Amino acid sequence: MPSASLHIALVGNPNSGKSTVFNALTGLNQKVANFPGVTVDKKIGTATLTAEDGKKIDVEFIDLPGIYSLYPKSIDEEIPFRILCDPNNELHPDAVIIVADGTNLKRNFFLCSQVIDLKIPVVLVINMADMMRDKGLQVDFEVVSKKLGVPVIPMNARKGEGLEELRKALTQKLPVPQIDFLDIRSYAPEVVDGICATINSSSHYDAFLAANNLHIITDFEMQKFKKDKIREICETHQFDSRQMQARESIERYKKISALMNDTVRQTGALRKSYTHAIDNVLTHRIFGYAIFLAILFIIFQFIFAFASYPMEMIDTGFAWLNGKVKDALPAGIINDLVVNGILAGLNGIVVFIPQIALLFFFIAILEDTGYMARASFIMDKLMRRFGLNGKSVIPLMSGVACAVPAIMSTRTIQNWKERIITIFVTPLMSCSARLPVYTLLIALIIPNHYYYGINLQGMVLMLMYLIGFIAAIGSAYVLKKLIRAKERSYFMMELPLYRVPRWSTIGLHIIEKVKVFLFDAGKVIISISIILWVLSSFAPGNSFKTIEEKYRKPEYASVPAQEIERKIQSEKLESSYAGIMGRVIEPVIKPIGFDWKIGIALVTSFAAREVFVGTMSTIYSVGDEGKTQFTLKQKMQNELNPETGLPRYTLAVGLSLMLFYAFAMQCMSTVAVVFRETKGSRWPLIQFIYMFALAYVSSLVAYQVLKP
Amino acid sequence: MLLSELRRGDKAIIDSFTDYEASLKLLEMGCIPGEQIEVIRIAPLGDPIAILVAGYLLSMRKDEAAVVVVRMVD
Repeated sequence: MPSASLHIALVGNPNSGKSTVFNALTGLNQKVANFPGVTVDKKIGTATLTAEDGKKIDVEFIDLPGIYSLYPKSIDEEIPFRILCDPNNELHPDAVIIVADGTNLKRNFFLCSQVIDLKIPVVLVINMADMMRDKGLQVDFEVVSKKLGVPVIPMNARKGEGLEELRKALTQKLPVPQIDFLDIRSYAPEVVDGICATINSSSHYDAFLAANNLHIITDFEMQKFKKDKIREICETHQFDSRQMQARESIERYKKISALMNDTVRQTGALRKSYTHAIDNVLTHRIFGYAIFLAILFIIFQFIFAFASYPMEMIDTGFAWLNGKVKDALPAGIINDLVVNGILAGLNGIVVFIPQIALLFFFIAILEDTGYMARASFIMDKLMRRFGLNGKSVIPLMSGVACAVPAIMSTRTIQNWKERIITIFVTPLMSCSARLPVYTLLIALIIPNHYYYGINLQGMVLMLMYLIGFIAAIGSAYVLKKLIRAKERSYFMMELPLYRVPRWSTIGLHIIEKVKVFLFDAGKVIISISIILWVLSSFAPGNSFKTIEEKYRKPEYASVPAQEIERKIQSEKLESSYAGIMGRVIEPVIKPIGFDWKIGIALVTSFAAREVFVGTMSTIYSVGDEGKTQFTLKQKMQNELNPETGLPRYTLAVGLSLMLFYAFAMQCMSTVAVVFRETKGSRWPLIQFIYMFALAYVSSLVAYQVLKP
Repeated sequence: MLLSELRRGDKAIIDSFTDYEASLKLLEMGCIPGEQIEVIRIAPLGDPIAILVAGYLLSMRKDEAAVVVVRMVD
């Protein structure tokens, strides 16, 4: 769409149904972008409205993060403040749709009245008309509109009731509110007048907010002398921001109470509602936890077991495509780059979609119904001890399947510090990509014995999962002590009324998450995939040529072609840059019991752990066909340590290797997602170093203690 | 008496706050002096709590509730 002629922002409390209104207005015409430096996404949608005279109006809607007031308590909450209060902000809207939860008008009117006082053209949507009826609430919308001086539209966004009225209101020129809800000027007339004159604003409240948020307006698009002037005015008149804010809140609520007395009638008290009854079960000391565990179990089953079918289909699809492309393009470097670099990278990205879609299907349901707030409520005390949030349980559990969707799901945690800690420790949970590595190594070093009916190998596998969990919780505890919170954090949140989930919202949510992953994390994944392809496909000098020539000599004529091909692959890998790197790092990894062959596998599986098994197969020139692991296992078992003459893969080496794979950050997708979710390179970098250090130290201890 | 000391089902009226900074957030959420609140439930592990205030259910940690001075009503 060409540049829109009208820019409209949606503002409202969390749980007000703001996003439902946004979805109803824009449908699939949405895109998600970044606000620099914060963890909330910029959601923009477009629509074409038809005015009464038939004229088409292109509108761009922006869905601002939910807030309770215009006093930001976190960096994320600063976004709406900056956009609404800075007229020079590039996203400053022409008009605002305020969405209020009709069942919770008192608190919702608080933000509404603040926004109205900004004197931006406004339309007030009072949402959840259906639930207001259930609650026995009757609102005189006309009087509300008259008293607030803005158009009011009752709506049931889920059913689309009131949507046409809203569209119609938007096509007409929305009036600038004329009434000051609160006479804020009287609080500090000199300050308000002085700032109004400085910033050339007609809104007293705008000026008052500027005085109250000096630290934020310093990066408004405004000449420096004006900012200095504002600061000076506040200092001259000894403007006491905290006292002013407290007074404003109290008086605002007083006026809201008066407004509600005139306009809202409660017919029949329904406080002991169905929400109350459901809560009695879902926050019960036994049933509450049992149900929560059951929900986790179902989610886990889906992303661990059921997601594997579509994932296999994706892999098969890519294998087919690989074959086609390989045949279609002339043999050579381009062919190899497309097949082993780009397509392999794309495969590595697309394969995550089933898990992401399934996890967000469940998370969207839990959020939309209102259950997530209850999960947080019953788990908070337990998780808080480790610097985590009640809502961290779901990412942590999902991390056992895959850290990528798990980290994306930490969005539901509002508190910055708790979210960072959750993101930081989630990759320590043993994900499904570690399973092939564990399976191979356990088969190699742990005897398949039964003790009292318990299989020893299974026992060790479970231990590995337990170790991951302990590392995650332990690291969280340490981080809790180390990280200083950027902002004073509040747990305070609404426990919303239970609602039936809206399938369209859930669908849009899944699409949004998949898109974000594909386009943001995907870029990083593709790049690293190509770098790794370069490392393992090129060698200095003409060593590849020498290898090929060697196997063309007559003495290999009797060896089957497949066998030759494998040997060539194996030797090529050893002499490639990745192979050289494996040798270069040998002195570093020797103390933890690894040789250069493992070194090569470490380099190639740097981006994805499961590559370990494939690389080992290539190094030990094991064919892909049939019982790969069995033959690979045998070959690895027969491998001798040249220094001792004993088997290479001893218990010490095997355990050291498993611990390394348990802790090291060998997953570029996770790094890319952490980068995307924390909006910067700082946290992925710290996490990367921390996990490698943890891996190295634990492997070192394990090897040095156990080595013969 | 502090809000954090109330038991489930207790009703009280908000009187004042012991922490200025924290009170600003509480005020915005509708916890205004003079407002009646009711402790609707307490999490199974004793913390956080959920109170009915301004017509909605607000959950908060005990340490957040501990800055609210209340008067019991019967």
